[in-house]
Amino acid sequence: MAFSIYDFSTLTQSIHDGLSSRLSPTGTLAMEWAIVGIVILLFVAVFGLFLVYAERKVCAFFQQRLGPMRVGPWGLVQTIADFIKLLMKELIQPARADKFLYNLAPFIVIIVTFLAISVIPFAKGLQAFDFDIGVFFVTSITAVGVIGILLAGWSSNNKYSLIGAMRSGAQIISYELSVGLSLITIVIMAGTLQLSGIVEAQRAGWFIYRGHIPAIIAFFVFVIAGTAETNRGPFDLAEAESELTAGFHTEYSGIKFAFFFLAEYVNLFIVSAMATTVFLGGWMALHVGNLEGFNHVMDLLPPVFWFFIKVFFVIFLIMWFKWTFPRLRIDQILTLEWKFLLPINLFNIILMTVIVLLGWHF
Amino acid sequence: MQEAEPDRIETQEYLVNMGPQHPSTHGVLRLLLKLEGEIVHHVDPHIGYIHSGIEKMCESLTYPQIPYLTDRMDYLSAHMNEEVVCLCIENALGVEVPDRVKYIRTIFSELQRLASHQLWWCVMGMDLGALTTFFYGLRDREKILDIFEETCGARLTLHYSIPGGLMFDIHPNFQKRVHDFLNYFRKKLPEYDQLLTGNVIFQERTRGIGIFPKEAVINYGVTGPSGRASGFSCDVRKHLPYSAYPFVSFQEALDDRGDTLARYQVRIKEMWESMSIIEQLIDNIPEGDVQVKMKGVVKLPEGEYFQRVESARGDFGVFIISDGKKSPYRLKFRSPGFSNLSALHAMSKGWKIADLVAIMSSLDLVIPDIDR
Repeated sequence: MAFSIYDFSTLTQSIHDGLSSRLSPTGTLAMEWAIVGIVILLFVAVFGLFLVYAERKVCAFFQQRLGPMRVGPWGLVQTIADFIKLLMKELIQPARADKFLYNLAPFIVIIVTFLAISVIPFAKGLQAFDFDIGVFFVTSITAVGVIGILLAGWSSNNKYSLIGAMRSGAQIISYELSVGLSLITIVIMAGTLQLSGIVEAQRAGWFIYRGHIPAIIAFFVFVIAGTAETNRGPFDLAEAESELTAGFHTEYSGIKFAFFFLAEYVNLFIVSAMATTVFLGGWMALHVGNLEGFNHVMDLLPPVFWFFIKVFFVIFLIMWFKWTFPRLRIDQILTLEWKFLLPINLFNIILMTVIVLLGWHF
Repeated sequence: MQEAEPDRIETQEYLVNMGPQHPSTHGVLRLLLKLEGEIVHHVDPHIGYIHSGIEKMCESLTYPQIPYLTDRMDYLSAHMNEEVVCLCIENALGVEVPDRVKYIRTIFSELQRLASHQLWWCVMGMDLGALTTFFYGLRDREKILDIFEETCGARLTLHYSIPGGLMFDIHPNFQKRVHDFLNYFRKKLPEYDQLLTGNVIFQERTRGIGIFPKEAVINYGVTGPSGRASGFSCDVRKHLPYSAYPFVSFQEALDDRGDTLARYQVRIKEMWESMSIIEQLIDNIPEGDVQVKMKGVVKLPEGEYFQRVESARGDFGVFIISDGKKSPYRLKFRSPGFSNLSALHAMSKGWKIADLVAIMSSLDLVIPDIDR
């Protein structure tokens, strides 16, 4: 069985061949689905836990303290311990909650993150589904997540939850536009909506470099809008602690709260992964012009590592926002989107189109 | 089936209980909010959740015992609370304390004011969602508490002033450590501005929010930094100097904008002024006793006595009616937090929930100070 960490398509192909030689085509497909499902499930669980730990350490770094240190070396096992605690906790349900919707909401939120993660290209050949409308799929599927939040706020029968959910609804639906439009700016340049195709198109240079001014503007707009989309950082109005105690998930406890918590971090990963894929060259190594030696050394690091290095860079950036900025007010958030980001974005698309038509990019 | 009329949407106000346990009420204050969507129509503060009957208890305590209780009221300006009772008793008895006592009391008051404003700054940032400020402020406050601990063994409720002087002399390291702290904090205070004051989001969240005009400030009796931010010159240290304040020169931090940002900046200015006051006093502490010999049983002559000091939150007063016995006939505190809270409704009417939190934070409420 040939295996190379530089190209996962050989691995997936050999698994496919192995399965088809033993099973019927339907059986093979079912088996492959199961494998993909389990792998994504494991990835979300492990990576989500890891991000929680990373957030604690990063915020501790900004706040001049150590963060978790007691459970395991450097507190590595802390988040796992916390997760076990959440699993064991009693599920308390408000007496007059809408039971069906109340129980459904966390699942919608978490399922959306699984679906979105399935199209992220981690490395060459390491991508569960490679739709030819990949970008469109991600933006549309993440928009479904807001339904989970709205349902959670509505069904909890708590005024704080309701205010949080309404804020979140207004915010996410608005910022959806900026996320979509900033991605379209790059799609114009790449000429494809397929995520693997977008990464391939960056072999000659990352889009943030090739598309220069409009691409950089689009990147910043995307990071800002992406932060708002994940309800984080200066845009965490939906769960604004000092105003709404915990916002839309005030009434959730135990594993259902854990779903919201995990989904938040996985969404953080999705936003960062999209930023990486679309703007920062995905799993492509850092190449500088004609420096053959340098480029060769950079190629030694496998693509999957490159992908995660870039993702962590963006994640760190977004965490940096969260631990530095105060929170915006709801009308200021909407003003920022409708009066600033959206016009900038629309202008940016025209600028990018002109640049692509005239061939002024690198 | 009748069609719904789309042109008439009925909205109604709804009530939300903010507190008694709520992250931004800092203690057990309960606000009954009348909201329309996000907009605050009415704020009804319900107090008394940690009422501890301190004023009533004082009636059964002897005079030297009273300062122990007053520490527990506004625990963030514990030393000022002691000082006001001590000054009142001393004035009633006609006791003149040595200059050394006055100097040390003033230095302690100003250190306490710094510590209190630092904690307020942490919490203000946190209420606005900037969580990192909390750790920056507490990091510096810790240094002041260490100085307190070295001299009087306590960090929060100091019990340092007693009627007739101080419990004991300052620690030999005291002056050196205060110097160290001043040098340290002079570098760190600009960091506060860099992290929070200069931030665009912070400015947007506070500028023009909860404007309170000067007349309203005077009518509601809002004092301290919250009152001075509206241009009401109400600094007791300036107008009725006590302890060592006549010996120092300092500026009363005033602002005439009256919004949340002004209240914030007045406090930051006050921190600079406090540092300058300490600087002027710390090297000039006169030699001498730290206590005046008092009688075994302190009895105030029959009459009514009133004394005010400037606590970290404003004009703090104590009113004692004595019938000539060893404990007061009646004792009443004028706490700044109570009057400041009374203005919350007028300040936050028509603003959003998020603004209400910012305004409340800029008033720097300490609930035991209100409930007593």
